[in-house]
Amino acid sequence: MTGKRRLERHSGEAVLALVLLALPLLLPNAYAYDIAVNAGFNAMVCVGLNLLIGYAGQISLGHAAFFGLGAYASGILTTRYGWPPLAALVCGAAGVGLLSWLLARPVLRLRGHFLAMATLGIGIIISIALNTESWLTGGSDGLMVGDFSVLGRTLSGDRAWYAVVAVLLLVTVSMSRNLIDSPVGRALRALHGSEVAAEVAGIDTARCKVLVFVLSAVLASIVGSLFVHYAGMITPARAGFMRSIELVTMVVFGGMASTYGAVIGAAILTALPQLLTAFEDYETMIFGAIMVGTMIFMPRGLLVTLAGCRWLPRRPAP
Amino acid sequence: MSSAFLQYLFSGLTIGSIYALAGLGFSIIYNASHVINFAQGEFIMIGAMATVSLTGLGLPLAAAIALAVAATVLVGAAVARFAIMPARGASPVTLIIITIGTSVFLRGAAQVLWGKGYHALPSFSGDTPFVVMGATLLPQSLWVLGTTLAVIAGLGWFFGRTLYGKAMLATSCNRLAAQLVGIRVSGVLLAAFALAALLGAVGGIVMTPITFTSSEAGIMLGLKGFSAAVLGGLGNGAGAILGGLIVGVAEAMSAGYLSSAYKEATAFAIILFVLLFMPRGLLGQPGSERV
Repeated sequence: MTGKRRLERHSGEAVLALVLLALPLLLPNAYAYDIAVNAGFNAMVCVGLNLLIGYAGQISLGHAAFFGLGAYASGILTTRYGWPPLAALVCGAAGVGLLSWLLARPVLRLRGHFLAMATLGIGIIISIALNTESWLTGGSDGLMVGDFSVLGRTLSGDRAWYAVVAVLLLVTVSMSRNLIDSPVGRALRALHGSEVAAEVAGIDTARCKVLVFVLSAVLASIVGSLFVHYAGMITPARAGFMRSIELVTMVVFGGMASTYGAVIGAAILTALPQLLTAFEDYETMIFGAIMVGTMIFMPRGLLVTLAGCRWLPRRPAP
Repeated sequence: MSSAFLQYLFSGLTIGSIYALAGLGFSIIYNASHVINFAQGEFIMIGAMATVSLTGLGLPLAAAIALAVAATVLVGAAVARFAIMPARGASPVTLIIITIGTSVFLRGAAQVLWGKGYHALPSFSGDTPFVVMGATLLPQSLWVLGTTLAVIAGLGWFFGRTLYGKAMLATSCNRLAAQLVGIRVSGVLLAAFALAALLGAVGGIVMTPITFTSSEAGIMLGLKGFSAAVLGGLGNGAGAILGGLIVGVAEAMSAGYLSSAYKEATAFAIILFVLLFMPRGLLGQPGSERV
């Protein structure tokens, strides 16, 4: 990496850090903090999903299920079995990691529509199971969960959660940028362009796809675990098909193959329904129109379109 | 054959007919454009909901059905014109997001127009069930099966005997060659969506007296139709019909013998199995991928 690129890379993270530091000055009340924290949770999931969709070119229509599994693992282990929250989080992440690893190899052999349908099917089966096994999950009423605490200190209050989520978001973004600039990141972009060409160039495409799928699933699970303590409850709808669609929309709206695009997409689409409460009935319609409109008029997403591709690395023409 | 088994078979074939019609819609659009139309389920919902609201306005059932089908066909054509055509040549991921967005949009519009409640239609010819070897068969089930057969026969005639049908087949075989012999392929795309919308609407309407409908009903019906299409071999008409019936019967059997809660998961378990172990489906053509 040349000095100039290093500067470019870290300037993006510095801007994000400044925005996250300055944002509390603009947040007038607890409600605004709540939106910001939720946007942060979504942004972390989207950064991981963006590695899969934007960089590796593999769609997943079931990512909310991994978020949901992490959330339910934390919820069930802490409330029903008295585990400490951090241990439950790690256990959930390990479980989701194992599950996604087992699923990844057979599923990622599929492409395009078939991959979409397979991930969608997995997601729906998981959400049906969460809904049905009510002796464990509380069924459609959901599960009430206590605060997050580690080493005797309890995390509570909007400001504390904001600080934690902001730091974690920065770490996630930084790790994602690191990965993209690593050999694995270049391999992912190569297999996005042409899987056969990437294989001919000596890239183990199956291993790369599995790695990024597991990584994004584990990230979703960890965020789910944190979310469940923040929100105090979880319902199966959070793991459902529509949630998966929302996550994909955030990624493509902000900009595929752009880490900051995923963050911005998540932030805007989390805040938008709150700002449009007057149009509450039309929320679903507006969401659909955004999905279609983004893909037709700015297929590379908001950030890349606005920036005119100036400072973001161009994708080589196919 | 026990009467319970026969009962599950009847209900499975009935709901399977709707999946078959939806699966045919997927196949027709896929053949014409290589687009997977995730909005197919919304066509089913729109046909059913429009019929419900038109009969609510006091129209006789037959007139309401005709108008509702026409309206759904218009919606289908509009989807092709305003959502699919502007994105011609986009990648599969982009097209998937566009059709999912379209389905979310249509569902949102239906919520605004018709609310979120459940609605029913009266049965077309009474509710007195027939008893066949100890199992009951609703007259409406016969309507569903008969309508499905009629629609399939109509499609066979359309694709086998008419110039438009043959133009659509030609386009699905080779787009460029079809263009060279003077077929307007954009018209074919429009016709494919209109036809798929018609199949969905008809299925949704005949099914509503049995299953009820709501603005949310389209999601699952559409996804199961897609399962049917993939099971039979994507793009294969006979395969879609066979796939639809298999998915419907499997669902009814698992509801009867295993667990009614996991009934909804059956179609997705089938599709995962098919995708992982026999990706060409039951009747699909073997082929190789071009690099």
